[in-house]
Amino acid sequence: MRYSGFQVIKQALTGHKGWTPAWRDPDPQPHYDIVIIGGGGHGLATAYYLAKEFGQKRIAVLEKGWIGGGNVGRNTTIIRSNYLLDGNEPFYEFSLKLWEGLEQDFNYNAMISQRGILNLIHSDAQRDAFIRRGNAMILNGADAEMLTTEQIKARYPYLNTNDARFPIKGGLAQHRGGTVRHDAVAWGYARGADSRGVDIIQNCEVTGFKQENGRVVGVETSRGYIGAGKVGCAVAGSSSRLMSKIDMQLPMESHVLQAFVSEGLKPVMPGVVTFGAGHFYCSQSDKGGLVFGGDLDGYNSYAQRGNLPVVEDVCEGGMAIFPAFGRARLLRMWGGIMDMSMDGSPIIDRTHIDGLYFNGGWCYGGFKATPASGFCFAHLLARDEPHPTATAYRFNRFETGHMIDEKGMGNQPNLH
Amino acid sequence: MIINHPLLGPRDSAEFTYMGDAKLIDRPDWQSDTAARDFYEYGYLRDNPAGWHNELWFHEQGDRSWLVVTRNTVTHEISKVELARDVARARGRSK
Repeated sequence: MRYSGFQVIKQALTGHKGWTPAWRDPDPQPHYDIVIIGGGGHGLATAYYLAKEFGQKRIAVLEKGWIGGGNVGRNTTIIRSNYLLDGNEPFYEFSLKLWEGLEQDFNYNAMISQRGILNLIHSDAQRDAFIRRGNAMILNGADAEMLTTEQIKARYPYLNTNDARFPIKGGLAQHRGGTVRHDAVAWGYARGADSRGVDIIQNCEVTGFKQENGRVVGVETSRGYIGAGKVGCAVAGSSSRLMSKIDMQLPMESHVLQAFVSEGLKPVMPGVVTFGAGHFYCSQSDKGGLVFGGDLDGYNSYAQRGNLPVVEDVCEGGMAIFPAFGRARLLRMWGGIMDMSMDGSPIIDRTHIDGLYFNGGWCYGGFKATPASGFCFAHLLARDEPHPTATAYRFNRFETGHMIDEKGMGNQPNLH
Repeated sequence: MIINHPLLGPRDSAEFTYMGDAKLIDRPDWQSDTAARDFYEYGYLRDNPAGWHNELWFHEQGDRSWLVVTRNTVTHEISKVELARDVARARGRSK
């Protein structure tokens, strides 16, 4: 069923009895051309673009729990393309352009809101660095604008610009950035993929890979063996866990990142503000809750929950620039497992085993990348060559020294 | 998390800085024929297990000793804490 205003009126007049499930719940077939492991945003987007853009048939998405229950349901919903390096910026700008047309493309309301993102600066050196970043963005076809403190205060009059340690001296704005209803992204891609014949198989955990003559020919799952022409892995924080089943070590560590929502408030935050120096960023959801987050807890974790010192640290960061928010009560908080790579940038590549492809290492930037990640991974799976915007995301860059390290932190995943 | 420091007793993990997998104690031989490959694996590849993990913690806000902590990455339970110095010496390092 195609969703439209007409359908809403028609269903309203007929008692809403005509709505059908947004996707089927099929049993696995014995063999597929392409099996995607991971029914999160990236896996579902991959299946969607494989079917829609690359004309592939007989595709399955295997999810160990329910779709959209991992990081696509655990993030802070921000989209942006404000990267500096050549390996990254074209990819993230491609992603932002896909976001801009996504709702029409997959006929689902993902509540994409280009309310703008603002990165605060506190010193002359940081201003120079952000002007450079803004120029790199513009060179790659993105938008960027340096704002003065006065321009920022006009938008955020309650912002504390006179903090003793980090006075606000301006900011880098990307007006096309914004927020998205994150669950709707998973649901929209799932519905779009399902309607094009993709089997989305939930409660189906991959327990092993089957190889013949050095080639992956299928996967063992909790719902039986499933043969596959090609297997693509897109399981984010569980990447090392999955790939260890085929004895592959990855250049990454899994870390927990916490996020927080306050009680609902009247509209107060018109856009997204990031306070990098104090490790705090914030936006307001359409329901009114302040959605905010900060740093990783900093140690390897698969627990999907964090500890209290980081809660305190994030809230202190928030109080430093938004003292008024101290009156808001914290409603809930949660943790997601980040696939933190060794240079802070992702991998979309073949593995050394034929028929096995990998997508991961998204660190805490995976949500905004969802459309381009799916598109580029689908491109790689369908054509066996990387998409032009994702040519740098190779496994071997750590061996050849072609790291994509936006922050210059080196091989310390908890610092990216 | 509380880390039971072998010398100082129970300490808040917030006093520590996290380094990562304790295999970083075993630095490869730079004169080996396979040194380039060995250092790539040492520098960049990790087991990253879900479960028990030996890892290096630095007591930065305390006595500045390096510890090897055996911790479960699923439950955050800590089963063993040793001085990294003792672990390295037991493996024949820094005699």
